[in-house]
Parts: sequence; structure tokens; C-alpha cells
Amino acid sequence: MYLNQFLLLAAFLFCVGVYGVLARKNGVLVLMSVELILNAVNVNLVAFGAFHNTVVGQVFALFVIAIAAAEVGVGLAIVLLIYRNKQSIDLSEVDLMKG
Amino acid sequence: MLRNAFLIPLLPVVSFALILFFGKRLPGKGHEIGILFVGGAFVLSSICAVQWISRPADYTVPAAGHAEESAAAAEGDHAEESAAAAEGDHAEESAAAAEGDHAEEPTAVSEDHAEESATAGAVSEGEEPTEGEHEVEPIRRPVDRQVTWFESGGVEIKAGTHMDGLSVMLVFVVTLISLLVHVFSTNYMHDDRRYTHFFAALSLFTAGMLVMVTSSNTLQLLFGWEMMGLCSFMLIGHWWEEKNNSDAALKAFFTTRTGDIGLLVGISILFFAAGQTFDIATINDQALSGAIGHAALLAAAAALLCAVIGKSAQFPLHTWLPDAMAGPTPVSALIHAATMVVAGVYLIARLYGVFWQAFDIGGGGINPVALVGGITILIAAALAFVQSDIKKVLAYSTVSQLGYMVMALGVGAWTAGIFHLFTHAFFKGLLFLGAGSVSHSVHSFDMKKDMGGLKNTMPITYRTFLVGSVALAGVPPLAGFWSKDEILVGASGNGYPLFLVIGLIGAFMTACYMTRCVYLTFFGEFRGHGHPHESPKAITGPLVILAGFSVFAGFLNAPGIELFSKWTENTTVIAAGVAHHEFSIPLAFVGTLMGVLGIAAGWAYYARNLGPHRLTQRSRPALAGYRFLENKYFLDRLYTDMVVGGIKGPVARATYWINQNVIDGVLNGTAAVSRAVANFTYDVVDQKLVDGAVNGAGVGAEEGGSVLRVLQTGRVQQYAAFLFGAVVLMGGALVLFA
Repeated sequence: MYLNQFLLLAAFLFCVGVYGVLARKNGVLVLMSVELILNAVNVNLVAFGAFHNTVVGQVFALFVIAIAAAEVGVGLAIVLLIYRNKQSIDLSEVDLMKG
Repeated sequence: MLRNAFLIPLLPVVSFALILFFGKRLPGKGHEIGILFVGGAFVLSSICAVQWISRPADYTVPAAGHAEESAAAAEGDHAEESAAAAEGDHAEESAAAAEGDHAEEPTAVSEDHAEESATAGAVSEGEEPTEGEHEVEPIRRPVDRQVTWFESGGVEIKAGTHMDGLSVMLVFVVTLISLLVHVFSTNYMHDDRRYTHFFAALSLFTAGMLVMVTSSNTLQLLFGWEMMGLCSFMLIGHWWEEKNNSDAALKAFFTTRTGDIGLLVGISILFFAAGQTFDIATINDQALSGAIGHAALLAAAAALLCAVIGKSAQFPLHTWLPDAMAGPTPVSALIHAATMVVAGVYLIARLYGVFWQAFDIGGGGINPVALVGGITILIAAALAFVQSDIKKVLAYSTVSQLGYMVMALGVGAWTAGIFHLFTHAFFKGLLFLGAGSVSHSVHSFDMKKDMGGLKNTMPITYRTFLVGSVALAGVPPLAGFWSKDEILVGASGNGYPLFLVIGLIGAFMTACYMTRCVYLTFFGEFRGHGHPHESPKAITGPLVILAGFSVFAGFLNAPGIELFSKWTENTTVIAAGVAHHEFSIPLAFVGTLMGVLGIAAGWAYYARNLGPHRLTQRSRPALAGYRFLENKYFLDRLYTDMVVGGIKGPVARATYWINQNVIDGVLNGTAAVSRAVANFTYDVVDQKLVDGAVNGAGVGAEEGGSVLRVLQTGRVQQYAAFLFGAVVLMGGALVLFA
């Protein structure tokens, strides 16, 4: 087992996530992509933790999961409200803050 | 109690504040507070007096004057040292410190003197045998207590009390007279419209005098002095609705103020001459030891003498005192007997070292102090003959008696002067309160129009007034005789024959005008209206008490007893080497004879109608003389018309010119410059610089905004793209350059 395998996996996941966040128009999918980014980071944390033979990485990953859950809770609530107001969750249509 | 003497002036001050704030709500309208607190002060003063008298006389002043400069200088050092030790102001602390000091010293000093830490340093000095040529009797050591008031430029200004025989005596007299005046006023001022204020001012007046006589330094003395000036203004102008009264108050204030400039100048000179100290004991020591140059001393003494002339109503500034009769009678009694006018005499007595050296008082001949006193005796006594207002007779009498005191101090008879102050306080207080009692009954002060024959209707007032008059006239064995006799003895013994003669003539005149006054008031037919009646107890009580003192106070310093001089003479007097003279029977006889002759002459002239009457109608010179006296030597005319009027016109014109040309010029110039500066500021600074900056900021923000708004699309994903782009750029930079 080499560390680079995990890192490559994490990088792949991260790139997928970034693509999702930037390119998808569906709000829920954007949130899921954010989860992907966070999980890519988690993979890195656990991998480095195992590589250095400490539990710190795992502990950190647990924190990240908890925060991610909270973040998704808030995000889904926002998406729900957008849907109620616009009957759509297309993020390209949400530009109330346009200057 | 001597250490806590600061309580004595404090009580009347507290009383003043309490009366002012709560007086009107009390059933007695404030007089109960006044009587209670001043009574308290009197009790404390009595305790002080008893403690002072029972204090062991164990302090030998290191002998006199120039001969032993070093000794005097050493003493001065000690005073300073011990003052420094007492700085902590806690009695116990300094006492402990003093005790410690003593323990280290080999000379055994009795333990019970530890409390007198302030002067403890001098004890060992006193124990050593003095090398003076003549034996100096030991005296009581003064009690000092000082705290640092404030510090300025490295000079510590102290506040504190200095209790020696002189202070204790005055504190006792002042509080006693003040208490009696308070009691008297409860009835006399009854139903007055400013009853409460009257008592408040009375308390503050007393406090001012007490602050002054207990003070250990000249600055504090000045403070008390000015407090009295203010209160005298308030009290003389108590019925200010009448213009005469407010004018009299102003006159008293301004006239004394003229002299007060002298006090300020004198204190300043002494401050710098004595090495930046206000401490009276140090100043006296230095003056006597010759540490202060004669020129400085002379200037200081001359300036202080001006202050004395103003405050103690000496010639030529005596004119305010008779006018001060416009105030309520109890105030007159207080002013004349115990406070205010006595302040000047006290000043000389307190700073006697300065006067002694400056004017060479021990040398005999003529000196300014004695001269001022002597002139005052005669001119004031002459004026007393032509007054028809009973209070004005007494006022001129006071001026004349103050002349005696000043003269006594001027001829080197320190104890006699102070003793005369002491006895005079009682009989002059008595006479004024008696006059108040009479006027209370006949509602007038005019002896010729509204009095006469009151002997039977007002027996107590008559008897006490008679006692006071006889005491004033100097008939033995009443108080006035002993003190006046001492002054005469001093004048003759110290080589001042001129002033002996003046004193004798003054005694004759005094007896004569008092006879006139008593005759016009109490004998003959009643010339007023209504039915005069004896005054109530609140008025007669103080009269009787004061009459008692007038009879017996003189014995304190009678030959063979001489307690008064033992109790009051202080370090300065002993160090100066003030001479003592034996009681002389021929002189006493002559003095008494003058008094008796005066009474006889007065009685013969006024009561029996003997001698040349209607002289003023027959002889031109006599009429001229009478007019001269009646117009008070035209001194008032001189002051108001010539001095004030002469100064007023030119000064006003000069002031107007200065106003028009200098002040207005400066103003206009300033305005023009301001305009120019303002225009420049508006055109250049405000319009271009400030507005440019402000507008520029606004325009810049607007332009920037219109450029940046393009970026603000409101799309979350675009923002996220910027975010990631930035992170990639920064990450790339990190990888490439780190």
C-alpha cells in the first residue's frame, strides 16, 4: 500500500467535486459536490494519519464529517426556500444580488 | 487640647455652614447652632487656657538678640527639623519619633514631654546652661502642629496651629466675647429679616479671627485676616437696603483693603527674605538673629504697618471704623472688642521680631509704630467729643484705645499692649452692648435728642455701662487702669518721654469724653419719646458678665501678681529682650489723677455747666476748631474728593483713550487679520484641498463601483469559480516560489 494511491483517489474526488460545484445547475447536486470535496479531504486526512501512525487524522476526519452534516443541513434548507419561491432549483436563475 | 487647637476655629466654620443650610428650618432660626458651636469653641478655649496655665514653664529661650546669633540660628534649625518630624501629622507617630530621639540622647529628658514633639528638639538646648548676660525666666513652650497644605516649586506650604500665650489669650477672649454677642443678638436682632444670615456671618467672622490668631504661618494669617474683611463687609452692610449702610460696608471694605495690600507685600518680602518660608516663628527668629537684612526688614515692617493702619483703624485710615457703626450693634461690639480691629494689633505682636528689629524699638526716641499710635490716640479722642451718636463716641474711643495698644507695642511695652487688648476687649464689648441695650429701649442712637435720664429706667444697663466707662477712664482698681498704667510705665522706662505725655493727655481726654457720654445718656431729663424700659435677660446677662471681667481682669497683671505677663510672653519677646519695668507709684498716681481730672472736668463742663460754654458762638477760632472736628479733620473729604476724585477723572480719560486706541486697535487689527486668514482658508484650503479630497473620494468610489459591478453577477457558482481560481493561483505561487 502506497500513500500516493490514496492521494490520487482524493485528488480525483476533489476534482469531481470542484467540477460539480462550478458547472452543475442543480442546487442539490452542487451541495453533493461540496460533500465530495470534503470527503476528498477526509480521505487525505485518514491516509496521512495511517501513514504517520496516529489517530489525529481520523479524529480530524470525524470533525469534518460533523461540520459537513451541519453545512448540508443549512444548505438544503436554503435550496428548499429557493424552490418554494421560484419553483425551481436552477442556480443560474438565482441572481438577486446582481450588482 | 493645645495640640488640637485647630478644632477651635473649625467649630464656628461648621456652625456657619450648618446655619446657612439648616438655620431657617430650626425653631430658633439658626441661633441655637451658633450659640452651641461658639459655646463649644469657648469651652475648648477655656480648656486650652487651663492647660496652658498648668503647663510647666521649663523652656529657657537661648539669650538675646545680636550677641548670640549662632544660638538663635541653631534654634531656628531646630524648629525646622522638628516641623519636618511632625509632618506626618499624626500626633502619636511624631510623638513616638520624638521619644525615640530622646532615648538616643544622653541627656535625660522627662518622659511626659513626649507629646510636645513639635518643639522637642529644643529641649536639650534648653537644658544646657545658657550663657546670657542676664537671667531669663523660663517660659512655657509653645505647642505647634502643622500639616503640609500644598507644595509648589519645592517649597512646602504648611498649615497649622501655633499655640502660645498670645494665641491662647486671644482665643479665649474672642470666643468669650463672641459667645456673649451671640446671646445678646438673639434678643437684639429679634424679628430681623435676615436673622439667620446674621448668625451665619457672625460665626464666620469669629472663625476668621480664630484662624488668624491660631495660625502658625503668615499665609494662613492672611487667610483669616481676609475672612474677617469679608465678614465685616457682610455684617456692616447687614441692612443694605439703606444706601448709607451699604456705603459704610463698602468703605470699611475698601479702606481696610488699601492697607491689606501692605500685608500682602509685607508677607511676600518676609517670605523671600526668610528663605522661602511663611513660618512665623522662623521669621521672628531670623529677624532677631540678623539673618534678614535690615533693608528687607524695614520694607516688610513698613508694609505690615500699612496693613495695621488699615485694619486697626489707625490714623490716617481710621475713617472707616466710625462709619462701620451702620451695622447692627452686636456686630460693632464684636468688631471693636475682640475681632477685626484687634487683628492689626495682633499682627504687630505676632511678628514682633520684625518690627522690633526694623524700627529699633528697643532704642527709644521716636519710631513709626509708636508715632502712628500716639497720633491716633489724640485725634480720635478729640473727635469723640463732638459726636452725638453714642455708638460713634464709642467708635472713636476704640480708635483711640487701639492707638494705645499700637503705641504700647511701638514703645517696646509688648506685654502692656497685649494686656490692654485683653482688658479693652471686656470693657469695650460691655460699652457697645450697653449702647445696644439703650438703643433697644429708646430706638435711637442719638444721645442729645433721644436719651438722658435713663439711670432710673434702666438700672442694670446703667450700672454696667458705668463700670465699663470707669474702667475705660482708667480709674483704679478697674481693668483699664492696670493696662493703661503699664503702657505708661513702658513708655517712660524705654525712653519714649513724648509718648508718655501723649498717653497721659489721652487718659485725660478718654475720661472726659466718657463722662460726657454717660452724662448725656443716663443723667438729666429723658428727651426721647415713649417709655424706656430695662432690656430682657438675654441682653443684660452678657452685660453683667462683661462688667465682672471689666472689674477683675486687671488684677491678672497687677504688681505682685503679674500672671498675665508670665502666661503670654513668648519666645520672640524674650529673645528680643523686651525690658520689664517696675510698677511706679508716682506714675500710677499721675495716671489716675489724669483720669479723675478728666471725669471731674467732664462732669463740671457737661453736668454742672461750668467753664466757658457757647464758646463756638463767641469765638471764631473755636468755631473753626469745632467745624474741623465735626468734619473729622476733612479726611473723608480728602479721600473721596481729592484722592478718589482726582484719580477718577484722569484715570477715566486715560482708560477711554486706551480703550479707543489700544484695545480697539488691537481688536480691529485682530479682526482684519482674521478676515484675511479666513478668506485664504476658504478659497484655498477649504474649496480646493478639502473639497477636492472629499469629491475625489466620491468620484473615485463611483467610477470604481461601475467597473466592479460587472463582476458582481449574483451567481454563486461564478463566485466559487473566482474562489477556486484564486486558490489555484496562490497554491501555484506557493509551489513555484516557496
